[in-house]
Amino acid sequence: MRDPLSKTITTIKPSGIRKFFDIVSEMKDAISLGVGEPDFDTPWHIREEGIKSLEKGKTFYTSNAGLKELKEEISKYLDRRFQLQYNPANEMFITVGGSEAIDVAMRAMLDPGDEVLIPQPSYVSYVPCAVLANGVPVPIELKVENQFRLTAEELEAAITPKTKLLVMPFPNNPTGAVMEKADLEQIAKVVIEHDLFVLSDEIYSELTYTENHVSIASLPGMRERTIVINGFSKSYAMTGWRLGYACGPEVVIKQMLKIHQFCIMCAPTTSQYAAVEAVKNGDADVVAMREEYNQRRRYLVHRFRQMGLDCFEPFGAFYIFPCIKEFGMTSDDFATDLLMKKKVAVVPGTAFGDCGEGFIRISYAYSMDALKEALGRIEEYITELRTQK
Amino acid sequence: MREKILTFIEKNSRVDLGELAVMLGVDEASVLTELQAMENERVICGYHTLIDWDKAGVEKVTAMIEVSVTPQKGMGFDKIAAGIYKYPEVNSVYLISGGFDLMVTIEGKTLREVSQFVSEKLAPHDQVLSTKTNFILKKYKDHGTVMAEPTKDERIMMA
Repeated sequence: MRDPLSKTITTIKPSGIRKFFDIVSEMKDAISLGVGEPDFDTPWHIREEGIKSLEKGKTFYTSNAGLKELKEEISKYLDRRFQLQYNPANEMFITVGGSEAIDVAMRAMLDPGDEVLIPQPSYVSYVPCAVLANGVPVPIELKVENQFRLTAEELEAAITPKTKLLVMPFPNNPTGAVMEKADLEQIAKVVIEHDLFVLSDEIYSELTYTENHVSIASLPGMRERTIVINGFSKSYAMTGWRLGYACGPEVVIKQMLKIHQFCIMCAPTTSQYAAVEAVKNGDADVVAMREEYNQRRRYLVHRFRQMGLDCFEPFGAFYIFPCIKEFGMTSDDFATDLLMKKKVAVVPGTAFGDCGEGFIRISYAYSMDALKEALGRIEEYITELRTQK
Repeated sequence: MREKILTFIEKNSRVDLGELAVMLGVDEASVLTELQAMENERVICGYHTLIDWDKAGVEKVTAMIEVSVTPQKGMGFDKIAAGIYKYPEVNSVYLISGGFDLMVTIEGKTLREVSQFVSEKLAPHDQVLSTKTNFILKKYKDHGTVMAEPTKDERIMMA
């Protein structure tokens, strides 16, 4: 029999996170700090609108691009929060989570051999999506001494004549790094000079703790070369609803919409009705959740510093990315050993790119009680490692 | 800072001061100063514990009593309220808008004890026109907290 698989798909590695979860779910008294989604329930008024839409029998497809009302509300929201202006009629469409938007954007923009610059450590799907779109992923290693921000020099150094697209994964999963306006201005300069395009994944844009998030698309000359991706999962605790959106110049959005139309048809209708309520009346929920994440973030940074563990202060998302190089173990060994000995699950930094070696990702989308207990166990563990030395 | 402290301790008054300071990004001494000031000013009126007495196996009966009164000249409702809240059985007294005047919560060991309080102490008050006693059968949620067991964390490690 012939090989049923494509040559491309067999080159793609499965995500490295799953293996820890399988162990944790079988382990008694284990605490997981590995989950990458909010611990809050979707606010009730948002869920209620989803339920009401079902009661009213709104169970049909929406138009391919999504509900008109939702797009109009998103347009207002983006202007209100990030000074981004997009025409809801032809510069945006609703996707099945931010993930679909990443995939579709790459497929719409890449020709075989086009290079995609992917700053790492970062979310696990950029590389496979680039490969599946026949692009060539080119990682850029971000450095802790730059607070895991992308610098213009690093970007310059990675550019070749084949470079087409730069992924901007900020606020960042797994490092919690953000890019401030001044940092983005440097990047924008290089992008424009080399005639590149940007895929800006801003799914954590509501979760920044020092300054309001700045979208690179809001800088002069960047709107026409940026696809902004955002969604409801992180800001409104709506992961399971699978709802995101992509905004950008009409010429790209039109082609992305074509892929979406043939592969997806439309984003889930119930979720779209709920999302209208979220984006219209959910600002206060976002503020409350952000405040609670911020409290946990401050607590974790403080505790890791108490333990003497090297840890830069993250200003965004809900992760902290401490350095474990002093123990001379790989991230994977550290995470596995910690799970076996102290029953605490964290994610090795290498799950987010090779340059994540020497770091672990800790999610603080957990209750303070769980965090305290887990941090106590981690402290015990590293004290034991240090005494063994 | 006051509002942040209050919002936090409204849900968890047992938090360690040092930890609270870390979480709010301020120093411990100023949290302590603010707390003491708010206690003195009666912004903070007490620190209580939310108990599910049913689960503790202790018999308790709570009633919410709708009370209609005739306000006294020059005193409004305050004097009547004071005449009611002085009883230790009374848990809370609120002045209410709408169909009646005061909402009084009473806690007793038995139905009989509560009814006796209403008929012998509350109703005979000069200014009390009428009472309507509502017994609480089950508490689902109290002080913003759902009394049922919290649900299990069903999230999966994805990415």
